[in-house]
Amino acid sequence: MFELLGIPPQALFGQLLLGLINGSFYALLSLGLAVIFGLLNIINFTHGAQYMMGAFVAWMLLNYLGINYWAALVLAPVIVGITGVIIERLLISRLYHLDHLYGLLLTFGLALVIQGLFRNEYGISGLPYQIPPQLSGGMNLGFMFLPNYRGWVVAVSLVVCLATWFVIEKTRLGAYLRAATENPTLVGAFGINVPRLITLTYGFGVALAAFAGVLAAPIYSVNPNMGADLIIVVFAVVVIGGMGSILGSIITGFGLGLIEGLTRVFYPEGSAVVIFVIMAIVLLVKPAGLFGRAA
Amino acid sequence: MTEAQLMERAHSAQGSSLLTVRDVHGWYGESHVLHGVSFDVHAGEVVTLLGRNGAGKTTTLKAIMGILAKRRGSIVFDGRETIGLPARTIARAGIAFCPEERGIFASLSVEENLMLPPKVRDGGLSVEQIFELFPNLKERLSSQGTKLSGGEQQMLAIGRILRTGAKLLLLDEPTEGLAPVIVQQIGHTIAKLKRAGFTIVLVEQNFRFAASVADRHYVVEQGRVIDTIRNDDLESNLDKLHAYLGV
Repeated sequence: MFELLGIPPQALFGQLLLGLINGSFYALLSLGLAVIFGLLNIINFTHGAQYMMGAFVAWMLLNYLGINYWAALVLAPVIVGITGVIIERLLISRLYHLDHLYGLLLTFGLALVIQGLFRNEYGISGLPYQIPPQLSGGMNLGFMFLPNYRGWVVAVSLVVCLATWFVIEKTRLGAYLRAATENPTLVGAFGINVPRLITLTYGFGVALAAFAGVLAAPIYSVNPNMGADLIIVVFAVVVIGGMGSILGSIITGFGLGLIEGLTRVFYPEGSAVVIFVIMAIVLLVKPAGLFGRAA
Repeated sequence: MTEAQLMERAHSAQGSSLLTVRDVHGWYGESHVLHGVSFDVHAGEVVTLLGRNGAGKTTTLKAIMGILAKRRGSIVFDGRETIGLPARTIARAGIAFCPEERGIFASLSVEENLMLPPKVRDGGLSVEQIFELFPNLKERLSSQGTKLSGGEQQMLAIGRILRTGAKLLLLDEPTEGLAPVIVQQIGHTIAKLKRAGFTIVLVEQNFRFAASVADRHYVVEQGRVIDTIRNDDLESNLDKLHAYLGV
Protein backbone atom coordinates (compact mmCIF):
# COMPACT_ATOMS: atom_id res chain seq x y z
CA MET A 1 0.00 0.00 0.00
CA PHE A 2 1.06 3.57 -0.64
CA GLU A 3 2.15 5.91 2.06
CA LEU A 4 1.44 9.61 2.22
CA LEU A 5 4.17 11.76 3.75
CA GLY A 6 5.24 8.78 5.80
CA ILE A 7 1.76 8.22 7.19
CA PRO A 8 0.28 4.76 6.69
CA PRO A 9 -3.08 5.04 4.90
CA GLN A 10 -4.85 3.06 7.61
CA ALA A 11 -3.96 5.75 10.12
CA LEU A 12 -4.80 8.57 7.75
CA PHE A 13 -8.21 7.27 6.76
CA GLY A 14 -8.91 6.13 10.30
CA GLN A 15 -8.40 9.67 11.53
CA LEU A 16 -10.33 11.13 8.65
CA LEU A 17 -13.26 8.88 9.55
CA LEU A 18 -12.99 9.92 13.17
CA GLY A 19 -12.93 13.51 11.95
CA LEU A 20 -16.06 12.90 9.91
CA ILE A 21 -17.80 11.36 12.94
CA ASN A 22 -16.92 14.34 15.10
CA GLY A 23 -17.89 16.57 12.19
CA SER A 24 -21.32 14.90 12.09
CA PHE A 25 -21.92 15.84 15.71
CA TYR A 26 -20.54 19.34 15.17
CA ALA A 27 -22.83 19.78 12.20
CA LEU A 28 -26.00 18.48 13.89
CA LEU A 29 -25.38 20.52 17.02
CA SER A 30 -24.28 23.73 15.35
CA LEU A 31 -27.21 23.46 12.94
CA GLY A 32 -29.63 23.39 15.88
CA LEU A 33 -27.82 26.29 17.51
CA ALA A 34 -27.90 28.26 14.28
CA VAL A 35 -31.63 27.70 13.76
CA ILE A 36 -32.39 28.69 17.34
CA PHE A 37 -30.12 31.71 17.29
CA GLY A 38 -31.55 32.88 13.98
CA LEU A 39 -35.13 33.10 15.18
CA LEU A 40 -34.89 33.46 18.96
CA ASN A 41 -31.72 35.55 19.12
CA ILE A 42 -30.68 33.36 21.99
CA ILE A 43 -27.41 31.52 22.26
CA ASN A 44 -28.72 28.24 23.57
CA PHE A 45 -26.15 27.18 26.14
CA THR A 46 -28.43 24.31 27.18
CA HIS A 47 -27.68 22.67 23.83
CA GLY A 48 -24.94 20.39 25.18
CA ALA A 49 -27.14 19.27 28.05
CA GLN A 50 -29.94 18.56 25.61
CA TYR A 51 -27.58 16.47 23.48
CA MET A 52 -26.71 14.55 26.65
CA MET A 53 -30.42 14.19 27.46
CA GLY A 54 -30.95 12.61 24.04
CA ALA A 55 -28.36 9.94 24.86
CA PHE A 56 -29.80 9.41 28.34
CA VAL A 57 -33.38 9.16 27.13
CA ALA A 58 -32.27 6.53 24.63
CA TRP A 59 -30.53 4.67 27.45
CA MET A 60 -33.60 4.95 29.71
CA LEU A 61 -35.95 3.80 26.96
CA LEU A 62 -33.79 0.72 26.47
CA ASN A 63 -33.12 -0.11 30.12
CA TYR A 64 -36.46 0.81 31.69
CA LEU A 65 -38.89 0.10 28.88
CA GLY A 66 -36.98 -2.20 26.57
CA ILE A 67 -37.40 0.16 23.63
CA ASN A 68 -34.63 -0.39 21.09
CA TYR A 69 -32.23 1.97 19.35
CA TRP A 70 -34.30 2.48 16.21
CA ALA A 71 -37.40 3.56 18.09
CA ALA A 72 -35.25 5.69 20.41
CA LEU A 73 -33.80 7.46 17.39
CA VAL A 74 -37.27 8.91 16.84
CA LEU A 75 -38.69 8.92 20.37
CA ALA A 76 -35.78 10.49 22.24
CA PRO A 77 -35.62 13.63 20.04
CA VAL A 78 -39.39 14.00 20.34
CA ILE A 79 -39.30 13.66 24.13
CA VAL A 80 -36.34 16.00 24.59
CA GLY A 81 -37.87 18.37 22.02
CA ILE A 82 -41.01 18.52 24.14
CA THR A 83 -38.97 19.42 27.20
CA GLY A 84 -37.43 22.14 25.05
CA VAL A 85 -40.89 23.43 24.16
CA ILE A 86 -41.78 23.54 27.85
CA ILE A 87 -38.54 25.38 28.71
CA GLU A 88 -39.17 27.90 25.94
CA ARG A 89 -42.78 28.57 26.93
CA LEU A 90 -42.10 28.64 30.65
CA LEU A 91 -38.75 30.44 30.85
CA ILE A 92 -37.04 31.63 27.69
CA SER A 93 -40.10 33.38 26.26
CA ARG A 94 -40.04 35.77 29.20
CA LEU A 95 -36.65 37.09 28.16
CA TYR A 96 -37.22 38.11 24.54
CA HIS A 97 -37.64 41.77 25.40
CA LEU A 98 -34.31 41.78 27.27
CA ASP A 99 -30.69 41.79 26.13
CA HIS A 100 -29.32 38.54 24.58
CA LEU A 101 -27.12 38.16 27.60
CA TYR A 102 -30.06 37.17 29.79
CA GLY A 103 -31.01 34.31 27.50
CA LEU A 104 -27.41 33.15 27.53
CA LEU A 105 -27.29 33.26 31.34
CA LEU A 106 -30.61 31.44 31.67
CA THR A 107 -29.71 28.66 29.27
CA PHE A 108 -26.24 28.35 30.79
CA GLY A 109 -27.78 28.00 34.25
CA LEU A 110 -30.28 25.47 32.94
CA ALA A 111 -27.45 23.42 31.47
CA LEU A 112 -25.71 23.32 34.85
CA VAL A 113 -28.91 22.32 36.61
CA ILE A 114 -29.75 19.57 34.11
CA GLN A 115 -26.21 18.19 34.14
CA GLY A 116 -26.19 18.32 37.94
CA LEU A 117 -29.42 16.37 38.15
CA PHE A 118 -28.15 13.64 35.85
CA ARG A 119 -24.80 13.51 37.62
CA ASN A 120 -26.57 13.14 40.93
CA GLU A 121 -28.70 10.29 39.64
CA TYR A 122 -26.31 8.40 37.37
CA GLY A 123 -22.80 9.38 38.43
CA ILE A 124 -20.06 10.34 36.01
CA SER A 125 -18.54 6.99 35.17
CA GLY A 126 -20.71 6.58 32.09
CA LEU A 127 -23.32 4.01 31.12
CA PRO A 128 -22.82 1.59 28.23
CA TYR A 129 -25.18 1.58 25.25
CA GLN A 130 -24.76 -1.25 22.75
CA ILE A 131 -24.48 -0.70 19.04
CA PRO A 132 -27.70 -2.07 17.51
CA PRO A 133 -27.06 -5.59 16.15
CA GLN A 134 -27.99 -4.55 12.60
CA LEU A 135 -25.04 -2.14 12.59
CA SER A 136 -22.40 -4.12 14.42
CA GLY A 137 -19.32 -5.29 12.59
CA GLY A 138 -17.71 -3.45 9.73
CA MET A 139 -16.56 -3.47 6.14
CA ASN A 140 -13.10 -3.70 4.74
CA LEU A 141 -12.92 -1.03 2.07
CA GLY A 142 -9.47 -2.09 0.95
CA PHE A 143 -7.72 1.04 2.14
CA MET A 144 -9.34 1.01 5.58
CA PHE A 145 -11.72 -0.81 7.88
CA LEU A 146 -15.08 0.97 8.24
CA PRO A 147 -17.15 0.08 11.31
CA ASN A 148 -20.75 -0.06 10.12
CA TYR A 149 -22.10 2.03 12.95
CA ARG A 150 -19.69 4.88 12.23
CA GLY A 151 -20.58 4.85 8.57
CA TRP A 152 -24.22 4.98 9.56
CA VAL A 153 -23.65 7.99 11.86
CA VAL A 154 -21.97 9.98 9.11
CA ALA A 155 -24.59 9.08 6.52
CA VAL A 156 -27.66 9.71 8.66
CA SER A 157 -26.23 12.98 10.02
CA LEU A 158 -25.63 14.18 6.51
CA VAL A 159 -29.16 13.23 5.47
CA VAL A 160 -30.74 14.94 8.49
CA CYS A 161 -28.64 18.07 7.98
CA LEU A 162 -29.53 18.29 4.29
CA ALA A 163 -33.21 17.62 5.02
CA THR A 164 -33.18 20.43 7.57
CA TRP A 165 -31.49 22.72 5.08
CA PHE A 166 -34.08 21.80 2.46
CA VAL A 167 -37.03 22.49 4.76
CA ILE A 168 -35.63 25.85 5.83
CA GLU A 169 -34.48 27.07 2.43
CA LYS A 170 -37.00 25.55 0.05
CA THR A 171 -40.40 25.22 1.71
CA ARG A 172 -43.22 27.52 2.75
CA LEU A 173 -42.63 26.77 6.42
CA GLY A 174 -38.97 27.60 5.94
CA ALA A 175 -39.91 30.89 4.28
CA TYR A 176 -41.97 31.79 7.36
CA LEU A 177 -38.98 30.92 9.50
CA ARG A 178 -36.53 32.97 7.44
CA ALA A 179 -38.92 35.91 7.25
CA ALA A 180 -39.61 35.80 10.99
CA THR A 181 -35.87 35.71 11.60
CA GLU A 182 -35.58 39.01 9.72
CA ASN A 183 -38.69 40.82 10.87
CA PRO A 184 -40.97 38.98 13.32
CA THR A 185 -43.29 41.96 13.76
CA LEU A 186 -44.17 42.18 10.09
CA VAL A 187 -44.59 38.42 9.78
CA GLY A 188 -47.01 38.59 12.71
CA ALA A 189 -48.85 41.42 10.96
CA PHE A 190 -49.39 39.05 8.02
CA GLY A 191 -51.39 36.77 10.30
CA ILE A 192 -48.70 34.21 11.10
CA ASN A 193 -48.46 32.99 14.67
CA VAL A 194 -44.86 33.97 15.34
CA PRO A 195 -44.73 32.96 19.03
CA ARG A 196 -45.78 29.44 18.05
CA LEU A 197 -43.21 29.40 15.26
CA ILE A 198 -40.55 30.40 17.79
CA THR A 199 -41.60 27.67 20.23
CA LEU A 200 -41.58 25.01 17.53
CA THR A 201 -38.22 26.19 16.23
CA TYR A 202 -36.69 25.91 19.67
CA GLY A 203 -38.22 22.47 20.09
CA PHE A 204 -36.84 21.42 16.72
CA GLY A 205 -33.34 22.72 17.43
CA VAL A 206 -33.36 20.87 20.75
CA ALA A 207 -34.64 17.72 19.04
CA LEU A 208 -31.69 17.89 16.63
CA ALA A 209 -29.32 18.01 19.60
CA ALA A 210 -31.09 15.03 21.18
CA PHE A 211 -30.89 13.16 17.87
CA ALA A 212 -27.14 13.70 17.87
CA GLY A 213 -27.13 12.43 21.45
CA VAL A 214 -28.83 9.17 20.48
CA LEU A 215 -26.35 8.71 17.63
CA ALA A 216 -23.50 9.33 20.05
CA ALA A 217 -24.72 6.95 22.75
CA PRO A 218 -23.19 3.75 21.28
CA ILE A 219 -19.93 5.53 20.37
CA TYR A 220 -19.18 7.41 23.55
CA SER A 221 -20.53 6.16 26.82
CA VAL A 222 -23.71 7.86 28.08
CA ASN A 223 -22.36 10.40 30.51
CA PRO A 224 -23.81 13.53 32.14
CA ASN A 225 -20.78 15.52 31.02
CA MET A 226 -20.71 14.35 27.40
CA GLY A 227 -22.43 17.53 26.19
CA ALA A 228 -20.42 19.98 28.27
CA ASP A 229 -17.19 18.74 26.69
CA LEU A 230 -18.53 18.93 23.17
CA ILE A 231 -20.50 22.16 23.27
CA ILE A 232 -17.49 24.44 23.64
CA VAL A 233 -16.07 23.13 20.37
CA VAL A 234 -19.51 23.42 18.77
CA PHE A 235 -19.72 27.07 19.73
CA ALA A 236 -16.38 27.62 18.02
CA VAL A 237 -17.80 25.87 14.95
CA VAL A 238 -20.83 28.16 14.99
CA VAL A 239 -18.64 31.24 15.28
CA ILE A 240 -16.50 30.07 12.36
CA GLY A 241 -19.51 29.24 10.19
CA GLY A 242 -21.36 32.42 11.05
CA MET A 243 -24.17 32.74 13.57
CA GLY A 244 -27.51 31.90 12.08
CA SER A 245 -26.27 30.51 8.76
CA ILE A 246 -27.85 27.14 8.02
CA LEU A 247 -25.66 25.84 5.23
CA GLY A 248 -22.66 27.45 6.90
CA SER A 249 -23.06 25.45 10.06
CA ILE A 250 -23.41 22.18 8.14
CA ILE A 251 -20.36 22.75 5.97
CA THR A 252 -18.18 24.08 8.77
CA GLY A 253 -19.30 21.26 11.06
CA PHE A 254 -18.17 18.51 8.71
CA GLY A 255 -15.21 20.53 7.43
CA LEU A 256 -13.78 21.29 10.84
CA GLY A 257 -14.24 17.68 11.92
CA LEU A 258 -12.08 16.67 8.94
CA ILE A 259 -9.49 19.34 9.63
CA GLU A 260 -9.31 18.19 13.22
CA GLY A 261 -8.80 14.61 12.02
CA LEU A 262 -6.04 15.66 9.63
CA THR A 263 -4.34 17.63 12.38
CA ARG A 264 -4.39 14.52 14.53
CA VAL A 265 -2.46 12.71 11.80
CA PHE A 266 0.08 15.34 10.89
CA TYR A 267 0.49 17.31 14.10
CA PRO A 268 -1.26 15.46 16.93
CA GLU A 269 -0.24 18.04 19.53
CA GLY A 270 -2.33 20.66 17.74
CA SER A 271 -5.52 18.65 17.30
CA ALA A 272 -7.14 19.86 20.51
CA VAL A 273 -6.71 23.52 19.64
CA VAL A 274 -6.85 23.65 15.85
CA ILE A 275 -10.55 24.62 15.79
CA PHE A 276 -9.95 27.47 18.21
CA VAL A 277 -6.98 28.69 16.20
CA ILE A 278 -9.17 28.70 13.09
CA MET A 279 -11.84 30.54 15.05
CA ALA A 280 -9.36 33.23 16.06
CA ILE A 281 -8.19 33.65 12.46
CA VAL A 282 -11.76 33.78 11.11
CA LEU A 283 -12.73 36.33 13.73
CA LEU A 284 -9.79 38.48 12.69
CA VAL A 285 -10.43 38.24 8.96
CA LYS A 286 -14.21 37.85 8.74
CA PRO A 287 -15.88 38.62 12.07
CA ALA A 288 -19.34 37.63 10.82
CA GLY A 289 -18.08 34.11 10.14
CA LEU A 290 -17.33 32.33 6.86
CA PHE A 291 -20.99 32.14 5.84
CA GLY A 292 -22.41 34.89 8.04
CA ARG A 293 -23.99 38.06 6.72
CA ALA A 294 -22.36 41.12 8.20
CA ALA A 295 -24.88 42.87 10.43
CA MET B 1 -70.61 50.72 28.05
CA THR B 2 -70.55 54.47 27.60
CA GLU B 3 -73.04 56.33 25.52
CA ALA B 4 -70.41 57.06 22.90
CA GLN B 5 -69.61 53.38 22.56
CA LEU B 6 -73.29 52.52 22.24
CA MET B 7 -73.71 55.09 19.50
CA GLU B 8 -70.65 53.71 17.83
CA ARG B 9 -72.02 50.21 17.89
CA ALA B 10 -75.27 51.39 16.38
CA HIS B 11 -73.31 53.32 13.80
CA SER B 12 -71.21 50.42 12.67
CA ALA B 13 -74.24 48.14 12.63
CA GLN B 14 -75.56 50.24 9.76
CA GLY B 15 -72.53 49.10 7.81
CA SER B 16 -71.49 52.60 6.85
CA SER B 17 -68.15 52.44 8.61
CA LEU B 18 -65.65 49.64 7.98
CA LEU B 19 -63.11 51.06 10.40
CA THR B 20 -63.95 53.19 13.40
CA VAL B 21 -61.07 54.64 15.37
CA ARG B 22 -62.05 56.35 18.61
CA ASP B 23 -59.84 58.17 21.09
CA VAL B 24 -56.81 56.01 20.44
CA HIS B 25 -53.75 56.66 22.53
CA GLY B 26 -50.43 55.08 21.74
CA TRP B 27 -46.97 54.90 23.25
CA TYR B 28 -43.45 54.01 22.16
CA GLY B 29 -42.03 52.91 25.48
CA GLU B 30 -42.60 55.87 27.78
CA SER B 31 -43.21 58.39 25.08
CA HIS B 32 -46.87 59.18 24.51
CA VAL B 33 -47.29 59.56 20.74
CA LEU B 34 -51.01 59.29 19.98
CA HIS B 35 -53.25 61.56 22.02
CA GLY B 36 -56.74 60.43 21.14
CA VAL B 37 -56.95 59.72 17.42
CA SER B 38 -60.50 59.40 16.08
CA PHE B 39 -61.66 58.89 12.51
CA ASP B 40 -63.83 56.67 10.32
CA VAL B 41 -63.19 54.85 7.11
CA HIS B 42 -66.13 53.69 5.04
CA ALA B 43 -66.06 50.54 2.97
CA GLY B 44 -64.61 51.17 -0.48
CA GLU B 45 -63.08 54.50 0.43
CA VAL B 46 -59.54 55.74 0.01
CA VAL B 47 -58.59 58.09 2.82
CA THR B 48 -55.25 59.64 3.59
CA LEU B 49 -53.64 60.67 6.81
CA LEU B 50 -51.76 63.88 6.12
CA GLY B 51 -49.51 65.70 8.49
CA ARG B 52 -46.02 66.77 9.30
CA ASN B 53 -43.21 64.40 10.22
CA GLY B 54 -43.74 62.99 13.68
CA ALA B 55 -47.43 63.87 13.79
CA GLY B 56 -48.34 60.25 14.48
CA LYS B 57 -49.52 59.01 11.07
CA THR B 58 -47.40 55.89 10.89
CA THR B 59 -48.05 55.19 14.56
CA THR B 60 -51.78 55.36 13.85
CA LEU B 61 -51.42 52.69 11.16
CA LYS B 62 -49.36 50.57 13.54
CA ALA B 63 -52.01 50.93 16.22
CA ILE B 64 -54.71 49.77 13.78
CA MET B 65 -52.55 46.83 12.68
CA GLY B 66 -51.87 45.90 16.29
CA ILE B 67 -48.09 46.17 16.09
CA LEU B 68 -47.91 49.14 18.43
CA ALA B 69 -47.30 47.39 21.73
CA LYS B 70 -49.03 49.91 23.97
CA ARG B 71 -52.33 51.30 22.75
CA ARG B 72 -55.65 52.30 24.33
CA GLY B 73 -59.02 53.41 23.07
CA SER B 74 -61.25 51.70 20.55
CA ILE B 75 -60.60 50.43 17.05
CA VAL B 76 -63.61 48.66 15.58
CA PHE B 77 -63.03 46.86 12.29
CA ASP B 78 -65.90 45.21 10.49
CA GLY B 79 -67.99 45.36 13.66
CA ARG B 80 -65.29 43.84 15.86
CA GLU B 81 -63.28 45.56 18.58
CA THR B 82 -59.57 44.93 17.83
CA ILE B 83 -57.75 47.14 20.32
CA GLY B 84 -56.70 44.24 22.56
CA LEU B 85 -56.04 41.68 19.83
CA PRO B 86 -52.58 40.58 18.68
CA ALA B 87 -51.49 41.63 15.19
CA ARG B 88 -51.90 38.13 13.75
CA THR B 89 -55.57 38.05 14.78
CA ILE B 90 -56.17 41.50 13.34
CA ALA B 91 -54.52 40.37 10.10
CA ARG B 92 -56.82 37.35 10.02
CA ALA B 93 -59.79 39.66 10.45
CA GLY B 94 -58.89 41.24 7.11
CA ILE B 95 -56.46 44.13 7.58
CA ALA B 96 -53.13 44.18 5.76
CA PHE B 97 -50.18 46.49 6.25
CA CYS B 98 -47.52 47.73 3.85
CA PRO B 99 -44.81 49.37 5.95
CA GLU B 100 -42.92 52.49 5.04
CA GLU B 101 -39.62 50.63 4.81
CA ARG B 102 -41.48 48.10 2.58
CA GLY B 103 -40.34 45.12 4.62
CA ILE B 104 -39.07 43.01 1.73
CA PHE B 105 -37.27 39.99 3.14
CA ALA B 106 -33.68 39.66 1.98
CA SER B 107 -33.48 35.94 2.68
CA LEU B 108 -36.57 35.26 0.55
CA SER B 109 -36.88 35.27 -3.22
CA VAL B 110 -39.38 37.59 -4.89
CA GLU B 111 -41.75 34.68 -5.28
CA GLU B 112 -41.41 33.68 -1.62
CA ASN B 113 -41.98 37.29 -0.58
CA LEU B 114 -45.07 37.42 -2.74
CA MET B 115 -46.47 34.15 -1.41
CA LEU B 116 -45.51 34.75 2.22
CA PRO B 117 -48.67 36.35 3.68
CA PRO B 118 -51.19 33.57 4.18
CA LYS B 119 -54.68 33.85 2.72
CA VAL B 120 -56.96 35.11 5.46
CA ARG B 121 -60.20 35.00 3.51
CA ASP B 122 -61.58 34.66 0.00
CA GLY B 123 -61.73 37.54 -2.40
CA GLY B 124 -58.05 38.37 -2.74
CA LEU B 125 -56.42 38.91 -6.10
CA SER B 126 -54.91 35.94 -7.88
CA VAL B 127 -51.21 35.93 -8.60
CA GLU B 128 -52.03 36.53 -12.28
CA GLN B 129 -54.03 39.63 -11.38
CA ILE B 130 -51.11 40.89 -9.30
CA PHE B 131 -48.81 40.38 -12.29
CA GLU B 132 -51.26 42.38 -14.41
CA LEU B 133 -50.89 45.25 -11.95
CA PHE B 134 -47.14 44.86 -11.63
CA PRO B 135 -45.73 43.09 -14.72
CA ASN B 136 -42.16 43.75 -13.53
CA LEU B 137 -42.54 41.28 -10.70
CA LYS B 138 -43.24 38.38 -13.00
CA GLU B 139 -39.82 38.60 -14.61
CA ARG B 140 -38.00 38.79 -11.31
CA LEU B 141 -39.63 35.93 -9.40
CA SER B 142 -36.45 34.03 -8.62
CA SER B 143 -34.40 37.11 -7.68
CA GLN B 144 -33.55 37.83 -4.10
CA GLY B 145 -36.24 40.14 -2.71
CA THR B 146 -33.94 42.99 -1.86
CA LYS B 147 -32.17 42.88 -5.24
CA LEU B 148 -35.17 44.61 -6.79
CA SER B 149 -35.17 48.33 -7.45
CA GLY B 150 -36.92 50.57 -4.94
CA GLY B 151 -39.98 50.85 -7.15
CA GLU B 152 -40.17 47.10 -7.72
CA GLN B 153 -39.80 46.48 -4.00
CA GLN B 154 -42.72 48.81 -3.37
CA MET B 155 -44.79 46.93 -5.96
CA LEU B 156 -43.87 43.67 -4.29
CA ALA B 157 -44.76 45.06 -0.87
CA ILE B 158 -48.18 46.14 -2.12
CA GLY B 159 -48.68 43.12 -4.36
CA ARG B 160 -48.14 40.55 -1.66
CA ILE B 161 -50.90 41.92 0.58
CA LEU B 162 -53.45 41.85 -2.27
CA ARG B 163 -53.42 38.05 -2.39
CA THR B 164 -54.58 37.59 1.18
CA GLY B 165 -58.20 38.63 0.85
CA ALA B 166 -57.76 41.51 3.29
CA LYS B 167 -60.41 44.18 2.77
CA LEU B 168 -58.59 47.07 4.38
CA LEU B 169 -55.11 48.00 3.20
CA LEU B 170 -52.89 50.24 5.30
CA LEU B 171 -50.23 51.76 3.03
CA ASP B 172 -47.49 53.74 4.70
CA GLU B 173 -45.93 56.26 2.29
CA PRO B 174 -45.92 54.01 -0.76
CA THR B 175 -44.43 56.74 -2.97
CA GLU B 176 -41.53 57.70 -0.76
CA GLY B 177 -38.28 58.02 -2.64
CA LEU B 178 -39.66 56.76 -5.95
CA ALA B 179 -39.29 58.20 -9.44
CA PRO B 180 -42.31 60.17 -10.73
CA VAL B 181 -43.19 57.56 -13.33
CA ILE B 182 -43.33 54.87 -10.62
CA VAL B 183 -45.38 57.15 -8.37
CA GLN B 184 -47.83 57.48 -11.24
CA GLN B 185 -48.00 53.72 -11.65
CA ILE B 186 -48.72 53.30 -7.96
CA GLY B 187 -51.41 55.97 -8.22
CA HIS B 188 -53.07 54.04 -11.06
CA THR B 189 -52.81 50.88 -8.99
CA ILE B 190 -54.53 52.45 -6.00
CA ALA B 191 -57.32 53.66 -8.28
CA LYS B 192 -57.73 50.13 -9.66
CA LEU B 193 -57.73 48.65 -6.18
CA LYS B 194 -60.44 51.09 -5.15
CA ARG B 195 -62.52 50.03 -8.14
CA ALA B 196 -61.90 46.41 -7.15
CA GLY B 197 -63.52 47.17 -3.80
CA PHE B 198 -60.53 47.54 -1.52
CA THR B 199 -60.67 50.06 1.28
CA ILE B 200 -57.41 51.94 1.71
CA VAL B 201 -55.86 54.09 4.41
CA LEU B 202 -52.87 55.88 3.02
CA VAL B 203 -50.21 57.79 4.90
CA GLU B 204 -48.66 60.33 2.58
CA GLN B 205 -46.16 63.16 2.61
CA ASN B 206 -46.69 63.69 -1.10
CA PHE B 207 -49.73 65.89 -0.95
CA ARG B 208 -50.30 66.06 -4.68
CA PHE B 209 -50.22 62.30 -4.91
CA ALA B 210 -52.70 62.07 -2.03
CA ALA B 211 -55.04 64.48 -3.80
CA SER B 212 -54.93 62.36 -6.95
CA VAL B 213 -56.12 59.15 -5.31
CA ALA B 214 -58.11 59.88 -2.14
CA ASP B 215 -61.76 60.52 -1.30
CA ARG B 216 -61.00 62.21 1.97
CA HIS B 217 -58.06 63.52 3.91
CA TYR B 218 -57.61 63.45 7.63
CA VAL B 219 -55.13 65.97 8.99
CA VAL B 220 -53.04 64.56 11.83
CA GLU B 221 -51.22 66.85 14.23
CA GLN B 222 -49.57 66.03 17.53
CA GLY B 223 -51.17 62.65 17.78
CA ARG B 224 -54.74 63.73 16.98
CA VAL B 225 -56.93 64.07 13.92
CA ILE B 226 -57.62 67.78 13.84
CA ASP B 227 -59.51 68.18 10.58
CA THR B 228 -61.21 66.35 7.74
CA ILE B 229 -61.19 67.61 4.18
CA ARG B 230 -63.14 65.99 1.37
CA ASN B 231 -61.07 65.70 -1.75
CA ASP B 232 -63.75 67.65 -3.66
CA ASP B 233 -63.31 70.55 -1.25
CA LEU B 234 -59.56 70.48 -1.49
CA GLU B 235 -59.16 73.49 -3.78
CA SER B 236 -61.03 75.80 -1.45
CA ASN B 237 -59.11 74.52 1.56
CA LEU B 238 -55.61 74.70 0.14
CA ASP B 239 -54.48 77.61 2.30
CA LYS B 240 -55.70 75.92 5.44
CA LEU B 241 -54.00 72.67 4.45
CA HIS B 242 -50.74 74.40 3.66
CA ALA B 243 -50.84 75.95 7.09
CA TYR B 244 -51.38 72.50 8.66
CA LEU B 245 -48.61 70.86 6.72
CA GLY B 246 -46.25 73.78 6.86
CA VAL B 247 -45.49 73.62 3.15
